[in-house]
Amino acid sequence: MEIPENKLLSGPVIAINIGLKSFGTNLEQQGVEVVQVDWTPPAGGDQEMMDLLDELL
Amino acid sequence: MASGFVIRKNQYYDSVFLMSVNRRISEVKGIQQTAVLMGSPPNKILLLDIGIQDVQINNAQPNDLIVAIIAESPAIVENVLGRLDEWLEAIQENAPVLRVRTLEDGLSNKPDANLAVVSVPGEYAAREAKKALDTGLNVFLFSDNVSIEDELMLKKFAKEKGLLVMGPDCGTSLIGGVGIGFANVVRRGPIGAIAAAGTGLQEFTCQVHNAGSGISHAIGTGSHDLSGKIKGLTTLATLEMLEADQQTSVIAIISKPPDLSTLAILLKRIAICKKPVVGCFLGIDPDTLSGTTNFRPAGTIDEAVGIAVAPSNGQPVAPSEDLNPEMLAVLQDEKKGWSPEQKYLRGILAGGTFCYQSQQILDEAGISVHSNSPIEAKNRLEHPDRSSGHTIVDMGEDYYMVGKPHPMIDGTMRRRRILAESHDPQVAVLYLDFILGYNASMDPVGELLDAIMEAKRLTKQRGGSLTVVASVCGTEDDPQVLGLQIKMLQEVGAIVFRSNALASTAICELLG
Repeated sequence: MEIPENKLLSGPVIAINIGLKSFGTNLEQQGVEVVQVDWTPPAGGDQEMMDLLDELL
Repeated sequence: MASGFVIRKNQYYDSVFLMSVNRRISEVKGIQQTAVLMGSPPNKILLLDIGIQDVQINNAQPNDLIVAIIAESPAIVENVLGRLDEWLEAIQENAPVLRVRTLEDGLSNKPDANLAVVSVPGEYAAREAKKALDTGLNVFLFSDNVSIEDELMLKKFAKEKGLLVMGPDCGTSLIGGVGIGFANVVRRGPIGAIAAAGTGLQEFTCQVHNAGSGISHAIGTGSHDLSGKIKGLTTLATLEMLEADQQTSVIAIISKPPDLSTLAILLKRIAICKKPVVGCFLGIDPDTLSGTTNFRPAGTIDEAVGIAVAPSNGQPVAPSEDLNPEMLAVLQDEKKGWSPEQKYLRGILAGGTFCYQSQQILDEAGISVHSNSPIEAKNRLEHPDRSSGHTIVDMGEDYYMVGKPHPMIDGTMRRRRILAESHDPQVAVLYLDFILGYNASMDPVGELLDAIMEAKRLTKQRGGSLTVVASVCGTEDDPQVLGLQIKMLQEVGAIVFRSNALASTAICELLG
């Protein structure tokens, strides 16, 4: 299968920020389109439950 | 002394937010220690270390907020914990409005997104990064503590999909002028950069800007990319992208010591690159790298900048790597103030690459330096907190990072270390680096000024004089403003250099 060309450098950057909100804020201040994900540990941080969820989905 | 804690079930906050709350609470009069953290297993151990333990804490989950304090009296504990909502709301006012809960929801809001910026705690990071790659996004992975096996899995998967994984442990990237993570505000221009070294990339891009040229893109690969296990997967992918990029006319690669077999693979690829490539592989003697017509090896970041800016444009002026005669005279004058027992260097650094490059330059001058992050194992400090002879400490190293903010964000740990060093009568030179840019402390120099002045005062009291050498990595366009930070340092008598390499050369002159 042919690997598609990565067009990231041709821009513009459109970002989804998962984690530190200040990173998303900085991108917004630079005029970048950003979606801030209000992330919390999945399955309450329970590793076994996370593995189970990954298998189910 | 009294202590207490509060647990808020299912109230999750990111580490920068928690650090802000922690800092505010710690400023309350009578507070001796604070811990504002989520109930993850490592954080519970931290609480145990400071003597806070309870069955409720044992039962807390990673989604639960824990605020614990130790104070002079029970009244202070009660007052602070009773007003917890006020502390949280005070910080929250400045936080952006939250929008979506999952990556999938985010993508449905912005279906044309091309980049996921992932900075969740390390134990969840690979999972989120994999999900992002699955949906066709490139990944900037800031999180550390991702296993080398997970890193390899992510990078192989990205390669199959034609995507890029910057990281893990990636501090900075600049894509088409957009700074991600700890990036500086630099001009756009013809030089593309790839770095397996966070502060190394910042130093390179700032110097290119300050020399009058500019950056097309600068991509961080994560510190393990040129290891024997990862074999440069992101470096090679980025090289290909920059080779094809119309904005880029010369490519620079900066890294700490690479694995030699990986370096061989990379050099083979560079040899057929259609654009000129400059390589600064710290720890590798540039004379040992066989130069092909399109490859120029450099011994320091400054040298790499000099080579990169020269062919790209007639205008930019390559920075000089030598100290001018006036500076040499200043350094000689400084030494005259030292007392007979003053002879040692203490470098208290925030940048890991700077710690490495300084050691390399001093080593080449025949000056042996101890470090918690040494070039050679024999020079490792017995304990990171205890300096010995000439010492350069990387304050961003893992030992200092457990439950603490990086010294680029918060100067507390460096301030303490400067004050500790100031009691050693054998210290002659204090070397500090300052790193500006997005997400870094808004006043890195201001945070350390009191400690610098106190160290100088104590040395003077003993009949000597403390020489303070500083290097500042940044540009005039950074939020902290390079000129202002330099001025503050000069006002307290520090000798300030525009690069880590030049500051290190000056230290050789002082100790020689």
